Amino acid sequence: MNRTLSLPNNLARKNLMALTGLFLCFFLVIHLAGNLQLLLPAERAQLQYNHYSELLSHNILIKVVSYVLYASIIAHAVYALVLTVNSRTAQGGQGYAYDKRGAASTWYSRNMGLLGALLLAFLIFHMANFWYPYKFGEVPVDAAGRKDLYRVVVLAYREWWYVALYVVSMLVLGFHLLHGFYSAFQSLGLYHSKYGRWVKWAGQAYTLVITAGFILIPIWVFLTKPMP
Amino acid sequence: MRIQLKIWRQENARAQGRMVDYELADINPEMSFLEMLDVLNEQLIQRGDMPVEFDHDCREGICGQCGLFINGRAHGPQAATTTCQLHMRHFRDGDTIYVEPFRSRAFPVIKDLRIDRSAFDRIIQAGGYISTRTGDAPEANALPIGHKVAEAAFDAAACIGCGACVATCKNASAALFTGAKVSHLAMLPQGRPEAAERARKMVQQMEDEGFGHCTNTGACEVECPQEISIRHIARMNFEYNRAGVLRK
Repeated sequence: MNRTLSLPNNLARKNLMALTGLFLCFFLVIHLAGNLQLLLPAERAQLQYNHYSELLSHNILIKVVSYVLYASIIAHAVYALVLTVNSRTAQGGQGYAYDKRGAASTWYSRNMGLLGALLLAFLIFHMANFWYPYKFGEVPVDAAGRKDLYRVVVLAYREWWYVALYVVSMLVLGFHLLHGFYSAFQSLGLYHSKYGRWVKWAGQAYTLVITAGFILIPIWVFLTKPMP
Repeated sequence: MRIQLKIWRQENARAQGRMVDYELADINPEMSFLEMLDVLNEQLIQRGDMPVEFDHDCREGICGQCGLFINGRAHGPQAATTTCQLHMRHFRDGDTIYVEPFRSRAFPVIKDLRIDRSAFDRIIQAGGYISTRTGDAPEANALPIGHKVAEAAFDAAACIGCGACVATCKNASAALFTGAKVSHLAMLPQGRPEAAERARKMVQQMEDEGFGHCTNTGACEVECPQEISIRHIARMNFEYNRAGVLRK
């Protein structure tokens, strides 16, 4: 396996992780903002959400940004794998017979790779459920003649296990963000003690809003939305 | 006090090592950890066995030579302490204590608990200096440096290069060590002219020595005997990125 992927050192690779990670953080804000329309009363939600979906999929600017998004996800995952393999090598073959290093850091900061792998699995599942059928599959149309993505979403969230899977996945996302948001700024070189503290708080607030928002939507739909 | 020891024994760099059990009775709780190992070695020598080799020099906590992985933590359980400043009163009678060398590919074991930390020297050689005219010491007040800047630079300069940061890092990263060196010189007017080149060279040397990447877990600053902040890692990243952006 290529250990460098054409970047000279780990700092350069971490820069790439930070930049792609922050772009994905930005995407999550837009994604959550759009999906909050699912919280509207059923009939309005259906029309508005389908209209919004059509708007996004026909906008050239959104199309360009979506390719940047796909590239960011792939680059973030590929470089994470390269860094993990390099880390294994750097540790050397012999581990500690008695290891209490965990006491010096948080569990989620040490397990970003595992959390990320779970997120990637969730992402594939998520895109197979909504993105793929909307783009390439058969989707019924609503009263306004638009592809009824709302119906697809509500049908999915009628299953309790599906909602549970989403809640767990969003908790995984939450812990990934809790370390990732702050870590990205640290990697890029934010060394100022005052602003560093602010970024840490901003990261915690961001994580709370994103995680709570994405957990609320499936639960809300499960509890309140009738079959369309 | 009576203690059980489990110590990593390894004949030489190529040999297979293993944990070996020892028992010591009548250990004085006021002894330092290294003095306790001295007692063990005396007994081993009297028995005709090979003593346990370990690095040490000043035994005052300022040279950075001693560094042992004790009960799963770099320099043992005490915060902001080198191995030589750890005392037996922090253990209980009858305790079992694991003693291992600092582990990383860049720090190969030479023998028993002794490791080769010359990778750190080569990182310093790559750029951890200032190119200046030699001769008489300059007049102290010729180059004014603010008190806060001097203090901040000194916080980074306090690094003794013991390697605890690497030993405790899940990625065996040398970012705190290299960050401290880059940051210390970047803050001072004497170090500023070469700051960009220094950051690039030292970062690349760190890579070439086979250290891992930094995932900002912050474990290194917890285990650092000099309590050096990971903000110095961020400053190294900043200097490195600034060098890249402003490169002519």
